[in-house]
Amino acid sequence: MSPSSITKMHEDTSLTDEGAQELPPRSTLTAKELLREVGAVLRISEAEANTLSSQEPSDDQTMIINMGPQHPSTHGVLRLMLELDGETVLRTKPIIGYLHTGMEKTAEELTYLQGSTNVTRMDYLSPFANELVFSMATEKLLGIEPPERATWIRMLMAELNRVASHLLFLATNGMDVGAVSMLLYGWREREEVLRFFEMVTGLRMNHNYIRPGGVAADLPPGWRDEVLRLLELIPPRLDEYDILLTEQPIFRERSQGVGLITAQEAIALGVTGPILRSTGIEWDLRRDMPYLAYEQVDFDVVVGSYGDCFDRYAIRLNEIRESIRIVHQILDKIPEGDYRVQDKKVTPPPRARIDESMEALIHHFKIFTEGFKVPEGEVYVGIESPRGEVGCYLVSDGSSKPYRMHIRAPSFVNLQALPHMMRGGLIADAVAVISSVDPVLGDVDR
Amino acid sequence: MTDAAPDLTGPELLHGVPVSSSRGQQVLHPSREQYLDLMRSLADEGYAMCVDLCGVDYLEHAGRQVPEGVQLERFEVAVELLDLTAKRRTRIRVQVPADDATLPSLFDLYPGTEAMEREAFDMVGIVFDGHPDPSRILMPEDWIGHPLRKDYEVGRIPVQFKLTGKPV
Repeated sequence: MSPSSITKMHEDTSLTDEGAQELPPRSTLTAKELLREVGAVLRISEAEANTLSSQEPSDDQTMIINMGPQHPSTHGVLRLMLELDGETVLRTKPIIGYLHTGMEKTAEELTYLQGSTNVTRMDYLSPFANELVFSMATEKLLGIEPPERATWIRMLMAELNRVASHLLFLATNGMDVGAVSMLLYGWREREEVLRFFEMVTGLRMNHNYIRPGGVAADLPPGWRDEVLRLLELIPPRLDEYDILLTEQPIFRERSQGVGLITAQEAIALGVTGPILRSTGIEWDLRRDMPYLAYEQVDFDVVVGSYGDCFDRYAIRLNEIRESIRIVHQILDKIPEGDYRVQDKKVTPPPRARIDESMEALIHHFKIFTEGFKVPEGEVYVGIESPRGEVGCYLVSDGSSKPYRMHIRAPSFVNLQALPHMMRGGLIADAVAVISSVDPVLGDVDR
Repeated sequence: MTDAAPDLTGPELLHGVPVSSSRGQQVLHPSREQYLDLMRSLADEGYAMCVDLCGVDYLEHAGRQVPEGVQLERFEVAVELLDLTAKRRTRIRVQVPADDATLPSLFDLYPGTEAMEREAFDMVGIVFDGHPDPSRILMPEDWIGHPLRKDYEVGRIPVQFKLTGKPV
């Protein structure tokens, strides 16, 4: 680095030093801040907030404890600062960034073809959703439409990914509230789905399978039998989970009425996915703003009514059933044809052509080294991932690398609902609430 | 290739703000002064959810397409709004000058922008006036510089760790 830029960066210090990421002492809280703490969303009046502030405990009555980043129930490296009044949680501040690896910056150095290797590692439990949203944004900028078979393959993978992701949620949610045996069952079933992914893409996770223009390869021989095996295997297991968790009084006690959030709060906080649906809002991008071929399949949007942990659990469990319904229809309707767009600018030539044509070899080489140029412009594409809306804001300056790629991570936004769900609850319920948000820290921190 | 080139002819306005179309998506270009008022009218119009907010540094791509009358600046903040009832989206792109990189916070209107604005500050260095907690969110709290700025040199920054005194 040049010396001048170092000085320049140090001059920036005044701009960047914003102090520690800590909870301010309660005694310094003004009525307005308290309003924000409890009422920003609820819109209580300032007068009410003032009366409330006189009832608030003082600093020496409350205690701040740090939960995480190594706590096993925080699903990775989430750190929570909890302010406790006895056993009651008052303020919660999620502190994130422990897994930040600058993936949005990395994306600016990778071509569009390499881009999906990057985004697939963000939300590592739903890699296909990330690849899909990035590919869809690139395709929108290019103005190309993937062939029909590619669309259906994408849908198949996205739905099975939803099954795998929700199975892992059931496993960890079970463990977090004390049903440890559920952990084993959930992981076991998820592994069956991952085995299918490995068969198709070669990898259990981080597939880099959905790429701009289509998918990396056609489905391998025997894929249909493998999917049918999954479709036979999983539904009876879901019925077992109903016995193990849904009907189990201890589990219900631990999750019903815990971590409440209202529809109004959820919308104001930008919360999407199962958490938004648990408040009774029927909002699923697959149905409400259809992409791929979702308007050609029949499925129900599962909604809750209380906005508690139990609703969020039940929604995810039943979404697996809906996804299985969708996969059945995909098996019936998936057309024959090409698995990637035949646009010479975007698609490398087929393997056989490389052996016989020098031009094809050069073309192949250029696509993988230089990449393809994407016309100038900017788009935002949002799709329904297992955790909510995952979006990709892509800016192109006409070169073969994105000028700016921003991923709207569902876990990042959903985590903001945590302080609202926790407030007034017991510290013992905190683990259940975190679990029901189902955050993936790779997605939060990117 | 482009299915809808931005319509740059004629002052097409919505809420008194130039509007363009990017690949068929509606984009509004308010000035900094119009920004909060525009967001308020859009919120009243039914855009109940703020889905995304991010900063972009246009240092190396200054000549981008915007409608006539929009003064281009170094930074841009792109806000994505969602109307759950009418099932529509709209995007707002505000120009933010480099010498005074500040923008009013949307926190009072859309509390969900709290983390997003902190991220935009952390990554691009745009300060949001009226934000309740304007601290870094992804980078360590004592980090120097904003990584997603185009003049931030990749791979040449000494690794900064807390509690070790000076950067090694």
